[in-house]
Amino acid sequence: MKRREFIKGSCMGLAASLIPCSRHLTAVTPPGKEKYDLVAVRGGEAEAMFERAISELGGIEAFVKKGQKVVVKPNIGWDAPPARAADTNPGLVAHIIKSCLQAGAGEVAVFDHTCDAWEGCYKNSQIEEFARKAGAKVIPGNNESFYREVTIPGGKSLKTAKVHQALLDADVFINVPILKHHSSTIVTLSMKNLMGVVWDRRYYHRNDLSQCIADFLTFRAPDLNIVDGYRMLARNGPRGVSESDVVDLKALIAGRDIVAVDSAATLMFGKEPQEINHIKIANDMGLGTMNLENVSISRIKMS
Amino acid sequence: MLGDMTRHKSLKWARFSFALFVLIVLTAIFADPYEWIPVQVIDSFLFFQFVPSLLSFIRFLSLLAAGGFFIIVLVTFVTGRLYCSVICPLGILQDVVNRIARWKSQKKRFFKFKKAQTALRITFLSIMAVATIAGAGWIVTWLDPHSLAGRFFTYILKPAVILANNLAAAVLTKIDVYSLHHQNSPIPSLAPVLITLVVSGGIGYFSWKRGRLFCNTICPVGTFLGVVSKYALFKVRFNRELCTRCGKCSANCKSECIDLKNFTIDHSRCVVCFNCLVSCPDDALSFSRTVRGAQSVVNEEIDKINTTSRRHFLVAALTMLTGNRLMALNNQKAPASTKKLIRNVKDHPVAPPGSVSIARFNEICTGCSLCVSACPTHVLQPALAEYGLAGFMQPRMDYKTSFCNFDCTRCGEVCPTSAILPLTREQKHVTQMGRVVFVKENCVVYTDETDCGACSEHCPTKAVKMVPYKNGLLIPEVNPDICIGCGACEYPCPLVTPYKAIYVNGHAVQQIAEKPQDEEKVEIKMEEDFPF
Repeated sequence: MKRREFIKGSCMGLAASLIPCSRHLTAVTPPGKEKYDLVAVRGGEAEAMFERAISELGGIEAFVKKGQKVVVKPNIGWDAPPARAADTNPGLVAHIIKSCLQAGAGEVAVFDHTCDAWEGCYKNSQIEEFARKAGAKVIPGNNESFYREVTIPGGKSLKTAKVHQALLDADVFINVPILKHHSSTIVTLSMKNLMGVVWDRRYYHRNDLSQCIADFLTFRAPDLNIVDGYRMLARNGPRGVSESDVVDLKALIAGRDIVAVDSAATLMFGKEPQEINHIKIANDMGLGTMNLENVSISRIKMS
Repeated sequence: MLGDMTRHKSLKWARFSFALFVLIVLTAIFADPYEWIPVQVIDSFLFFQFVPSLLSFIRFLSLLAAGGFFIIVLVTFVTGRLYCSVICPLGILQDVVNRIARWKSQKKRFFKFKKAQTALRITFLSIMAVATIAGAGWIVTWLDPHSLAGRFFTYILKPAVILANNLAAAVLTKIDVYSLHHQNSPIPSLAPVLITLVVSGGIGYFSWKRGRLFCNTICPVGTFLGVVSKYALFKVRFNRELCTRCGKCSANCKSECIDLKNFTIDHSRCVVCFNCLVSCPDDALSFSRTVRGAQSVVNEEIDKINTTSRRHFLVAALTMLTGNRLMALNNQKAPASTKKLIRNVKDHPVAPPGSVSIARFNEICTGCSLCVSACPTHVLQPALAEYGLAGFMQPRMDYKTSFCNFDCTRCGEVCPTSAILPLTREQKHVTQMGRVVFVKENCVVYTDETDCGACSEHCPTKAVKMVPYKNGLLIPEVNPDICIGCGACEYPCPLVTPYKAIYVNGHAVQQIAEKPQDEEKVEIKMEEDFPF
């Protein structure tokens, strides 16, 4: 057992040393140390913050096993360049993909059901290019034929939904939203990002948006949520009007409990979790906790 | 003489290759599902389309910007109607159809000489001339060969290409090849496809049976260039001395303009395809400045303008008016569940960005539909009744199908007639095609008291903002002054058309929108790194 942990640790150290800007990464979690439920990192580059966070959570190997199919779901909703913070940081997405592949993932797929025309979103967010180079399969989400109808077991408003088959076929689901203001739900984080895996978003809007967002979790919650707060869209979300809406927050929050992760990110945004309807509903439905006092949190300040 | 035959064959080969090249490029321009063709290529090919170029010239009076038609006229003075054989997409398409017909045909002699339909030709040319000058785009739409071909490419060929692409993509995706991907249908409604099918079918039938009958009866460009052709330097000419009246030339003449009885060629109908030259076993025909060999007999047919032209005019006018009937197809009925909702009333449809005004746009646009093909979001769709008869089949912004990408300026870049003017990205960002209207009574935040905000999410200028309503809910509030009318609010609104809670009311004359106020760079004051 100890030998395995040792090898794991040294592999991670080796992987980390291959990453540029790795000067903050020397402190890899020593083998055997207790792992946290939630990690919040401040002050580093997006990739470096991810490395710190994932090692606190037990390493990527705790999530991805050899030969597994992985879906990495960033927010690619808008036809805008990375500096506008409308879409997830492409460098972070690429880095997560590489980590999964290094852990032995059989395949990593990346997609989003975009709001703007998808070709422009995939291209101008730079996620398509970065993800391809990192070795992922970048697949479109623009056609209904890619989606299969599923039952939402605990859904109150959302009883059935058409879900992208890449997700239905996946063993591991890694959710990588960006930290943004949102005109209708105040913030858009991990839970709201899951609207990009279903076909009919209009149904959500027509039938109690916040309830539908929470309902989806009863079908499939991500195995790992990583909120990209390197750049934060502080207002005019989710699309943003100009770069003056963007704050360089240099933050990253990661964890298994989607409600807890979103609650921490909401606090980072400057709001209370109780103010966000879908977080409150999900908490009340027992899909996770917004009470961060019950969560073991690792807080890491880099730089 | 062997030398002549070789020369004739190479003339025909050159004509054939050039036409094939143009057809392939134009097909690619219209059917391109991946925006592979750069705008510069599109513009340089469309520069030489006669009617679009002429219309653009009338607007700008600049031969540099729109001199294609002028060059065509000059070329026609030298070589005759070469334009009709190698540049006009409708002409080349008809040659393809007729080629197939002749392969299939058992007839020994496919074509026979026919008299010119001079009265009809003059009638259509006059209608076109008046329509062009008076700005009756809706007439030009049905007579301009470029536009007729453009609609064939856009509404029939492109959907077929997309279908083929999707089948191929489905197969390739199975084996993990992602170089092709699924494309959504570019034309969501059937009416434009059916209308185009009928018109293209009619022209196709003519060419199947009679070669270039359309070009030599209806097409006003053909008639106009035909008149010019009479004075062309190079023509197909007879050498009576050598001719044995075997009739092979006439049997191969798709313009049906070689009269062996009188040894005449109607140069106003000849499209200089060189088929006759190649078919003549006796070298009695040549493409030259003067008749080769012995003395010439070049009796050109005299045009007869006969008194039945008025009757023809009436027939033609009535044919065009049948367009009216098609408008009935677009009547929408309200679904039962929308009884309490308020119906959206638009003063005007929304015209494409850079069309300046609906009146101007309707005057110039010929409905060639290149912009419909080129539009990356498919928000441009052909109008049926929306503009009235004046804009039948002209593109409009269809916010039921999609919405306009804030940064995209493609329609203006490709438009060959200048009906849609090219805009810079900065100009596009303030070109107001219409103004947003919010119907609170239809909004789900008001009716159901649940979260929504789809409109505000998509709005690129935040002309729709969400403001506190009640019970922690947010409701849209609009600022039409900074709205550009792109439809990014109307399209995602979860209600059905025409009962949307938010919609764009089109402008008759497009306006300049105010820029969204430059907000100061946000700064966040955080007392601690981790507020939890």
